[in-house]
Amino acid sequence: MAELQLKSHRFRNEREASWRRLDSLMTRVERQSVDSLTDEQLLEIPVLYRSAMSSLSVARTISLDQAATTYLENLCLRAYLFVYGVRSTPLERLARFFREDWPRAVQSLWRETLLAALLFTLGAVAAFMLTSQDPDWFYSVMPSGASQGRDPATSTEALRATLYHDDGTSGLSGFAAFLFTNNAQVAILAFALGFAFGLPTALLMIYNGLGVGALMALFVSRGLGLELAGWLMIHGVTEIFAITLAGGAGFRIGRAILAPGDRPRVEAAAEAGRTAALAMAGVVVMLMCAGLLEGFGRQLITLDAARFAIAGATAVIWGLYFYLPRRRAA
Amino acid sequence: MSVLNGTGARDERALITPEGVDLRVRVAGPGERLSALMIDAALIIGITIVSLLLCFGAGWVMGFRNGEFLLVIVMIGGFLLRNAWFIAFELTPYAATPGKRATGLRVAARNGGRLSAGAILARNGMRELELFLPLTMVFGGGGEGVDGWLYLAGVIWAGVFALFPLFNRDHLRVGDLVAGTWVVHAPKATLLRDMVDDQPVLAADFAFTLAQLDAYGVKELHVLEDVLRKADRKVMAAVAARIRAKISWTAGEYEMDRAFLQAYYTAVRGRLETRMLLGRRKLDKFDRD
Repeated sequence: MAELQLKSHRFRNEREASWRRLDSLMTRVERQSVDSLTDEQLLEIPVLYRSAMSSLSVARTISLDQAATTYLENLCLRAYLFVYGVRSTPLERLARFFREDWPRAVQSLWRETLLAALLFTLGAVAAFMLTSQDPDWFYSVMPSGASQGRDPATSTEALRATLYHDDGTSGLSGFAAFLFTNNAQVAILAFALGFAFGLPTALLMIYNGLGVGALMALFVSRGLGLELAGWLMIHGVTEIFAITLAGGAGFRIGRAILAPGDRPRVEAAAEAGRTAALAMAGVVVMLMCAGLLEGFGRQLITLDAARFAIAGATAVIWGLYFYLPRRRAA
Repeated sequence: MSVLNGTGARDERALITPEGVDLRVRVAGPGERLSALMIDAALIIGITIVSLLLCFGAGWVMGFRNGEFLLVIVMIGGFLLRNAWFIAFELTPYAATPGKRATGLRVAARNGGRLSAGAILARNGMRELELFLPLTMVFGGGGEGVDGWLYLAGVIWAGVFALFPLFNRDHLRVGDLVAGTWVVHAPKATLLRDMVDDQPVLAADFAFTLAQLDAYGVKELHVLEDVLRKADRKVMAAVAARIRAKISWTAGEYEMDRAFLQAYYTAVRGRLETRMLLGRRKLDKFDRD
């Protein structure tokens, strides 16, 4: 019969079983999960994938059987997306993230982080000097409501009380959760705004610095500078560091888009984006710590020395964790 | 292989795998992306409403005394729904949120390599800029003391990011650009029959000359394949009549249209495939040597 002479037909008959095998495995992975496959089946997939790929290449050169080529194209794409998809288990990925990916990403952002820190300091110093000379500046710098009854009109005693008031433990976890979600959202925004050439991120950094500077000036003028520093730093070391890192991550993206160097802009942006996003995931973790320190630690620990001790300890821990030289990845 | 058989769609792109094979992928259009987002948004809002009601109910039962615990759940839950929903689903092997799954889309790396967790984090972190910022600008930016022109400028500025997918070829949103990803149609096809399998019993009755076989090219062959697959009697009769006229074939007394088409399809495919092996791909009937 004539059909036996068609090479494409014979080719299809010989390979079809292995395509169908890959097809059924892919269907299971897509419908259920990777865990539904045994180890042997998992090991089978790359082999079947490569053979399907070679089938596709052959089919494109020798076969005019439209059904087979279309099917192979789709099958290969499905298998390709799986084989080259994200695949390690969530736990492995998490461990790797804390051990390798996050500190490495943060380390590689050091220039941008430095820039963000400079802008923050610039904002803080400017607000400090302005408010020291003319307390009215306080109101222009601080958004209304953010100062929570701490403004130049408040008496020194009342200001002192805001640093050490202790309402007991009620409301603290709610406060911590509020601080965390709020700060994390601002941090993610600072990161995303980096895409607009980093300019809005820079403004956000300066703006954050302004608030701290104005508050500092107010308390220093009443002789409460050291006390305020303890109140701020117990969580501020972590929080301000995290926000600065978020700003740095944003700057990295802005820089890649503005000055991609000798690579195509799109490629540079993609690489910067992936590194910056890894750092960002960690920033959210840091802000969670900061939220807990601020919500619980600051309210429960009212001794200045203890507050400074915690502040110092967090500074050392974060600094070593991120910037201690690491061996190159294997 | 749109380049070779001329059937490529406008949204088809090359995706070269590490093995060096070009898999054609179809990028998702803005409309499909929007509907996927809408489904996700509807799910998120639905879950939010249901859990708020549940929390309220629980608080009511407990008499609102230890309400703080519920407040924490609501705040953290809201944060997770807004930020982690997309990330968690796209980190699965299927790489798609429920909305994308429902619209048959999924995320893939643009360079053909592995889709990394960093890329998924990046593309979803950017949502803040493309989705939430424009929404805040539109609904919350016009508060007291904000100048109308300033409001307008803010909305336009934020709109640039929101409408980004409309202004580039691959419909990338800012997140895709920054992460090096794109959203493609999830391939899903069943293997259709090889039409050569339906070879008529009396194949030997049909002896075509080379000139008759060279009347058509690959394009017409694929049309004929579709005609045979659909097996509509009227269409087959019409097509058979056209082919017989073109190749001056006189039908035998008992010749069925279907059998004729089947035999001609097989013969032409054999001829074209043989020539293909020798490096000559006849694209269509106008493609002369």
